[in-house]
Amino acid sequence: MGIEQKLGNMGVVTMRLEDAVNWGRTNSMWPMLFGLACCAIEMMSAQASNYDMSRFGMELMRASPRQSDLMIVAGRVTRKMAPVLRRLYDQMPDPKWVISMGDCASCGGVFNNYAIVPGVDEVVPVDVYVAGCPPRPEALIHGIMTLHEKVRGEKIKDWS
Amino acid sequence: MFTEILRGLRTTFKMMLEKPVTVQYPEVKRPVRRRFKGRHELRRYDNGLERCIGCSLCAAACPADAIFVESAENTDEERYSPGERYASTYEINMLRCIFCGYCEDACPTQAIVLGDNYELSFTDRRQAIYGKEMLLVPVKEGGLPTPQKTEPGKFNRSIPEMNNPD
Repeated sequence: MGIEQKLGNMGVVTMRLEDAVNWGRTNSMWPMLFGLACCAIEMMSAQASNYDMSRFGMELMRASPRQSDLMIVAGRVTRKMAPVLRRLYDQMPDPKWVISMGDCASCGGVFNNYAIVPGVDEVVPVDVYVAGCPPRPEALIHGIMTLHEKVRGEKIKDWS
Repeated sequence: MFTEILRGLRTTFKMMLEKPVTVQYPEVKRPVRRRFKGRHELRRYDNGLERCIGCSLCAAACPADAIFVESAENTDEERYSPGERYASTYEINMLRCIFCGYCEDACPTQAIVLGDNYELSFTDRRQAIYGKEMLLVPVKEGGLPTPQKTEPGKFNRSIPEMNNPD
């Protein structure tokens, strides 16, 4: 309150730490390359020039979990893939988010059998579910917008 | 050698003159194709009665078991749809639905149609279950909201002459 009036002439802006950090996190969220099935085609399309996710600071898909903040699980997760998925999630540095893209990743979709995990939220905590089979690139970007909304609302006491 | 470099850069210079192809998605939305299948809608007749008669054929046709229908009896005092029964509960799990359009084909009254909306993302799985109040389209001008009080014997048939009964 007081400091802005005193320093107003010097071009200083004050803001809450929460907002600053959340702004930073929202605008540089690098996704991990984790395409498993047909949803990956739409994910690639969302990354390509027609939809261009780098407009939102998602510059490129990292192939390494250690350099990524966001895991887009694109496609059906088999029982054999589930431990790998968990391991990759554990290797990601905090803070990390997960988008479950498409029906198969969200709840198994049409696959009602022993081989497919009924929803990746059995393996990793999911932040945003995107519906569609597969979702359009726009729908994926809408899911990312939903995630951005969620990240913007995070409180300082929830940071661990 | 110099001409070869120029020939190689010809594509580069040609592309510099073209407009960018990026669709600025949240601001600009590319219109969907005519046959695109998006979020479902439950339609009404012009007089406001619901088209859905609660027959569960859509639920039977659904390959992903995404639809749940529960039906109840219509009366002339409280009429929701023409005929005997209406859907008292109609739920579609958007995370299960694969947008194949089989429900649209199965529906005898063309009540369920797949619309244009593809912006379906949820932070919670429970939000993905769309109830009847979310799926039903609003009443058109000149129609009345359901339940309606109707005169006896007017809406006896579940499937009227497929046009709008009035």
